[in-house]
Amino acid sequence: MSDFINGFWPWYVAAISLVSILACALLLWIAGKTKVQVRAGAVDDNTTGHVWDENLRELNNPLPRWWMWLFILTVIFSLAYLAIYPGLGSYQGAAKWSTQSEHKDDIAALQVQVAPLYAEFSAKSVEALARDPRALAIGERQFMNTCSQCHGSDGRGSKSYPDLTTGNAAWLGERSAAHIVQTVTNGRTGMMPPMAAALPGATDVTDVAHYVLSLSGSPFNEVKAFNGKQKFAVCAACHGMDGKGNKALGAPNLTDDYWLHGWGEAAIVNIIKNGKANVMPAQAPKLSADQIHVVAAYVLSIGGLPPVASATAAK
Amino acid sequence: MPPDPPAASTRSRVIPIVALKTGAADELAGSEGDSSVVASLYQADKKIYARSVSGLFSRWRWTLVWATQLVFYGIPWLSLNDRQAVLFELASRRFYIFNLVLYPQDLIYLTGLLVISALSLFLFTAVAGRLWCGYACPQTVYTEIFMWVERKIEGDRAARMRLDNAPLSFAKVWRKGAKHAVWIAIGLWTGFTFVGYFTPIRELAQDVQSLSMGPWEWFWIVFYGFATYGNAGWMREQVCKYMCPYARFQSAMFDRDTLIVTYDEARGEGRGVRSRSDTQAQYQAKGLGDCIDCGLCVQVCPTGIDIRNGLQYECISCSACIDVCNTVMDKMHYPRGLIRYSTPNGMRLKLSTAAMVRRVLRPRVLIYTTALLTVCIAVLGSLVTRTPFKVDVVRDRGAMARIVGQGQIENVYRLQIMNATEKSQQYQLSVSGMPGARVVSETSVQVDAAAARWVAVRVQAPADAAGSGSHPMVFQITGSGGQGVLAEKSAFLVPR
Repeated sequence: MSDFINGFWPWYVAAISLVSILACALLLWIAGKTKVQVRAGAVDDNTTGHVWDENLRELNNPLPRWWMWLFILTVIFSLAYLAIYPGLGSYQGAAKWSTQSEHKDDIAALQVQVAPLYAEFSAKSVEALARDPRALAIGERQFMNTCSQCHGSDGRGSKSYPDLTTGNAAWLGERSAAHIVQTVTNGRTGMMPPMAAALPGATDVTDVAHYVLSLSGSPFNEVKAFNGKQKFAVCAACHGMDGKGNKALGAPNLTDDYWLHGWGEAAIVNIIKNGKANVMPAQAPKLSADQIHVVAAYVLSIGGLPPVASATAAK
Repeated sequence: MPPDPPAASTRSRVIPIVALKTGAADELAGSEGDSSVVASLYQADKKIYARSVSGLFSRWRWTLVWATQLVFYGIPWLSLNDRQAVLFELASRRFYIFNLVLYPQDLIYLTGLLVISALSLFLFTAVAGRLWCGYACPQTVYTEIFMWVERKIEGDRAARMRLDNAPLSFAKVWRKGAKHAVWIAIGLWTGFTFVGYFTPIRELAQDVQSLSMGPWEWFWIVFYGFATYGNAGWMREQVCKYMCPYARFQSAMFDRDTLIVTYDEARGEGRGVRSRSDTQAQYQAKGLGDCIDCGLCVQVCPTGIDIRNGLQYECISCSACIDVCNTVMDKMHYPRGLIRYSTPNGMRLKLSTAAMVRRVLRPRVLIYTTALLTVCIAVLGSLVTRTPFKVDVVRDRGAMARIVGQGQIENVYRLQIMNATEKSQQYQLSVSGMPGARVVSETSVQVDAAAARWVAVRVQAPADAAGSGSHPMVFQITGSGGQGVLAEKSAFLVPR
């Protein structure tokens, strides 16, 4: 009973509970023993003999004696309950039961139940699991619990939260089992520095933005894009001269139609000027290695799997 | 009861529930001690030995016993569509009632059923009193079965009373033991059947043979069995008198035109013993009515009352007294019906049967009937026209909306589609109510028999279709094969 800061109150509560129960028992005992004097005819006509207003009579319907035993049973039950379960002040009860321990037991029981299944899953590669409907069903539920808040129920993400269903080219890193397991376990930090200082000219940033738009075939201003091409050199360190990005650095491919931080001149200008720091939190504290194994298989599966070539080729 | 000896010596205290010397208490003359007795605060148990009875109403009760018990014990054994025909699967939350597959969302039908039951109770009670209590209530039905067992093993009323008063003997132990064994067997079979509504009864039967039921199955079989044994074997009329709430509130549905079991006081009084050869004129000359005061109506009463005292709250309208009195009247060659179904008005105004029937059409009865019919039609109509699938729409909460490609707004929803049929079904998804919106993910969804499936659904609309903010949108889900269309409201969000 940590709710009380003073050691007096648990004793106070326990005393009131016990005294009340014992008082009930005492009352039942006294009432059971008591004999009262009733009118001789009362046993037959069920009235006390009181008569008001000419014909109103007071009925006397005593409780059947077995009902008293039910009350005594409740007294015995409450004492037994208080002995076994917590309830009497800070006393924990003989069974040492608590909601926390019950929760712990339930989780332990569940873990014993699913252990063989996870052992089977862990023996397989992530790629093989991505084709196992049982693993995917579990992986989907884990994804819904842990990943969908940012990446969406369909895994397609939203602004600044990567779409997991695209092909490898649009991924910031490699779309591989090892990379996914690594990302889910330890998280990732993405950083693009603000480039405003490196592009000091009044139109520099807009020019580069239009050049970037031109890379993916989006509508752009040809003059600005032409001017921006030379200035793009400052971006090439990470995004590459051809703008195809660098998976080792997590620098996105600028030549495709996937825009993690927003499409259009305004969005691109904003990113170039201010940079971007993005974080995917590590999931290791929430998910066990076995669970990450399964959820990685699900992530791999939602973007589409390559056709099974190896099995047929082996034959 | 003898008057109490000098009171002060035997009692510690006196609660003054002693007569005032007025009105009804006039006979209480003399000192207080002479006119009072010492009693406990509680009523002592008075065992009732109901005598067996046969006759028209007894046959009706046995008909109802057979009908209700065949339904209760029989239904779990029926099969349909390769499964138990009636099964309430709590773990998967599917309730199979013959061809119906109900989900927890269909709780409204249970509400409907309870309303229908309540209104039926109101209607039947207003018209014919405690019909339910007398013929169909499980308490009455199981008590009837248990009393039959008791009679077969221990004999009828007189034999049972003798046996109870007899000293302990082998015969007594044997008979009592046999009776309780049969009672417990019936109770356990009832508990087993009850659990069979919630867990497949054929598998349960095998588990019972090897005593390998789960803890809850054990608990409910034993608990329900014990409740049956205790209520029908030991508690009996105590349940009706002290525990049953229906017994109490049914009196609110009674009026002076309600059919009740009545004793024809005008014809019966003064009651008394007479020679069987006395003609009507002879015994009437002695001041006697048709009641021969044989006391059989009291002996057959399962609640231990004397119907000749008029309507009492203990009376469950079982009509045992009618049956037994009619046999006595037959023996005496008097007309039947000294105790009969009649209404208080019918007795008082000496109405004919036709006149009493005409009085059935009174506002109270008409209102109950109208309400009952309305609810019945509403529930049946809604069952017949129900769409055999359900859909819940949940908007993705993490990402409100996203911009995809070049200026399309996309919202993501999760739809839970619940198939309430026992075949795999195909459903078509579409949206309406939002200009330009369309489903861009898979629009055709397969859901297995009696299963529920979550699907992520993406809806896109052009960025210029609507201003920023929330716009109402409706999902239309069309079942295959004319199962109907469900419309579920949701919202489409356009970011600023």
